[in-house]
Amino acid sequence: MRRKLAAALLCLLAGLALAWALVDRPEPVVDLPRQAAAALPSSGVDHAVTAVLLDWRSFDTLLEVMVLLVAVLVALALREAQPDSPDRMGLENPLLRGVMSWLLPLMLLVAGYLLWAGAHRPGGAFQAGAVLAAAGVLLRLAGVSLSGFERPWLLRTGLVLGGAVFLTAGTFALFAGRPFLAWPESAAGALILLVEIALTVSIGLALLSLFRLTPPYPDDPGVRKAEAEGDR
Amino acid sequence: MPWLDLMLGASLVVTAAMALISGSLFRAVVMFIVFGLMMALAWVRLEAPDIALAEAAIGAGLTGVLLLDTLGYLRRRFTRAEEDSP
Repeated sequence: MRRKLAAALLCLLAGLALAWALVDRPEPVVDLPRQAAAALPSSGVDHAVTAVLLDWRSFDTLLEVMVLLVAVLVALALREAQPDSPDRMGLENPLLRGVMSWLLPLMLLVAGYLLWAGAHRPGGAFQAGAVLAAAGVLLRLAGVSLSGFERPWLLRTGLVLGGAVFLTAGTFALFAGRPFLAWPESAAGALILLVEIALTVSIGLALLSLFRLTPPYPDDPGVRKAEAEGDR
Repeated sequence: MPWLDLMLGASLVVTAAMALISGSLFRAVVMFIVFGLMMALAWVRLEAPDIALAEAAIGAGLTGVLLLDTLGYLRRRFTRAEEDSP
């Protein structure tokens, strides 16, 4: 009881401090929106968020993509340690398949639109990749197998494509005598689009892989056998 | 519109609390997904559509699917273990 009271008191104090910080916030020293608007013409894109993500702060985005890649690598390694069994996920449902044939083209279209729209309005590689991954999850739930996932080299190439293109483009800036990841002004728009296309593929594959790498259900005969053998 | 914003904020707090204190894991996951969708709406109201898109797609969609998948895995595993033990 006393511990709960102490926790409640602590929460109350933290809440009060947060509320106070919200009410009594200092005026920003630097007018970032104005600076962003002033620098926008030289960034190669017309949307400030995309300019921040892939031009002014592209190093952060590069690291984010790498973190996602490391997460998929860990999932791959953990999956290797699990007993294997035939992949038998999927609902045999004709209605689901019928709806899928309507939904899939739309989802691909939306992903392409989000990728293209990222240059001048909300959108971009992460959102397009997430829509692609959602299409893949739907396919898997309907029991449609993607033959590309059976070939490890194809999957791994797709996974590293985004980071590789990003790094290569950033390194070419070094050859041109500019800082790492500083796009030349004349080619910035094209380079950002190229990097975003590669990133969309990789992010979609990475998110989908995280879903596909869940271990098989233990009520599967193959897994039960493997686990029984492991116990012995 | 202030009433709409107030309701949105209140629903965020309520769904977050329900996801945290719910006894049933399935209900907690559903509440988490609802929270993600409400959060996406809140981002739209805060004029941050980029974050709203990412939140709806990744926060509510894919994380929800992953959590539900894990829940199904755990449920099958533990019900099977209970059947075997007696």
